[in-house]
Amino acid sequence: MNAPANLKYTKSDEWFDPATGKMGLTDYAQGQLSDIVFVEILVEAGDAVEAGTAIASVESVKASAEIYASAGGSAVAVNESLADAPEVLNSDPYGAGWMVQLENGAPGEVMDAAAYEAYCAEREH
Amino acid sequence: MTELILTEEAKVVEPTIFDLSSPGRTGVTFPDPDVPRAELPDSMLRADLPLPELAEVDVVRHYTRLSKFNYSVDDGFYPLGSCTMKYNPKINEDTCRLPGFLFTHPLQPIETVQGNLALMHTLQEWLKEISGFAAVTLQPAAGAHGEFTGVLIMRAYHKSRGDDKRVKMLIPDSAHGTNPASSGMIGLDVVQIPSDARGNVDIEALKAQCDDTVVGIMLTNPNTLGMFDEHVEEVIKIVHDCGGLVYGDGANLNALLGIVRPGDLGIDVMHFNLHKTFAVPHGGGGPGSGPVGVAAHLADFLPAPLVGILEEGDDELAPLFGFVTPEKSIGRMKAFHGHFGGGLVRAFTYIVMHGPDGLKDIAQYAVLNANYVQARLRGVYPIPYDRICMHEFVAEGRVEGTDVRALDIAKRLMDYNFHPPTNYFPLIVHEALMIEPTETENKDTLDRFADVLIQIAEEAKTDPDLLKSAPHNTKFGRMDEVKAARELVLCCWLPEDYSNQ
Repeated sequence: MNAPANLKYTKSDEWFDPATGKMGLTDYAQGQLSDIVFVEILVEAGDAVEAGTAIASVESVKASAEIYASAGGSAVAVNESLADAPEVLNSDPYGAGWMVQLENGAPGEVMDAAAYEAYCAEREH
Repeated sequence: MTELILTEEAKVVEPTIFDLSSPGRTGVTFPDPDVPRAELPDSMLRADLPLPELAEVDVVRHYTRLSKFNYSVDDGFYPLGSCTMKYNPKINEDTCRLPGFLFTHPLQPIETVQGNLALMHTLQEWLKEISGFAAVTLQPAAGAHGEFTGVLIMRAYHKSRGDDKRVKMLIPDSAHGTNPASSGMIGLDVVQIPSDARGNVDIEALKAQCDDTVVGIMLTNPNTLGMFDEHVEEVIKIVHDCGGLVYGDGANLNALLGIVRPGDLGIDVMHFNLHKTFAVPHGGGGPGSGPVGVAAHLADFLPAPLVGILEEGDDELAPLFGFVTPEKSIGRMKAFHGHFGGGLVRAFTYIVMHGPDGLKDIAQYAVLNANYVQARLRGVYPIPYDRICMHEFVAEGRVEGTDVRALDIAKRLMDYNFHPPTNYFPLIVHEALMIEPTETENKDTLDRFADVLIQIAEEAKTDPDLLKSAPHNTKFGRMDEVKAARELVLCCWLPEDYSNQ
């Protein structure tokens, strides 16, 4: 699994980029879910987003999952293109797979990449 | 047009009914009318309705052939966990087709359907006795409908006491997937409670959530790991102490029949799945049936009407059965009175045929069979919550030193003519394979099933591709699940194209 050092991570497997304000789901999460076949973003640009609340719902061939906000702030953009190309969440979870972008986003309960990697490794067994 | 196509692998496939259509063929010819023929107005006619045109015999053969592609519990072993897809005794089919049950209507005057009402009343009484509850409604149409009914009752109870701030439903992560949906539909906030290392509700996590905003907890016990919660009485007490109610998901009642009564544990409300525990067909053979039982303090809130005794009988005269409305009823949950013939008569028959001792045997054999298969597979597949299980257990579908997945193992089982178990549920087990043999299977069947799973684990090491491309011995090979989920287009292929899909 891959966890870029510049991002922050939640226990529920979302990432937050303090530089851009973007949020999404992690590489570990997409691997666990396997092929993602449906994405619905639950917030719109202009919405106030509270950290820890659901911002998206995704479905894979194995399961469906809620994606929670890794940070709070005002949503300035949502990634509309995911609806037609949910597979991007599998192929590029930290890039084209971003879900919601915040302005002045304040991270919720997050950890750094090293801590997140250890947390994922622990759950493998 | 050819009806059967031989593919490259010389497997027989079936065209769709649209492919079999030929313009002008009909199934039925109506006699000439003896009244003047009226034409439909042009505005109500359409030219582009693509209905297939076939003779009756061709339709019958098409669907009969398709039915032979099916695998059913009458065909072979069906170890689907958490659904109790048990064998449905054939005597149930006889009783539910008795003319007195079959040719009655739910709106008939009660004096003309006393037998039906007596059956429903007796079934209500038996379900009370089996579960330890004070009152039972037979109305809900299925399990999740029963949950919805139960949660409405819980909310109505709090509101009747002026306790308006309760908005939170606690649901363990080992619960059935319908529980959060049922609570969500009513507008409650769902809070997930984690399991501890032994598969029980995490007591500390539960305590942290218990406050005066809790409507209650929805507890599946045994849970979807097949585990009886070792602290169930403590869990119930903690929720009661903060003023919440305890909902019991009765889908796994099969493991408890005659052994434990949920009402005695302190559970306040529970649905029964007659189509699981009481051998009513489901999963396509339905409809389901989800009666709800409640403790005495919730009895007034049950949906209306219930079947009750309007006039007591004596030695000479049978009582007069009819309908009664509980005082603070949440109202009607369904037109008519539940799935009478399909659900209630079959369940009644099943209980009569077994009697109290027989019902207890069901639970004991179901638990014994699950533990036997679990014991045989221990060391072959990882079992994350490894203790004495109830009616089902959950293994991980992975084999040390290989990258095969639960899906591959499930598909390979089909090559050995076994229905795959539930996979990828519960979500708290990686690569879950949930196995529930049920009580009807004999030791030979269980051994064959375990032998095959052991052999598949060997194959995973020696020839993993055999699993990854399975099934091989079925009419169709591995389906492309991703394509099926992403491209939601159902269409009729031409037969030439069909064989390549």
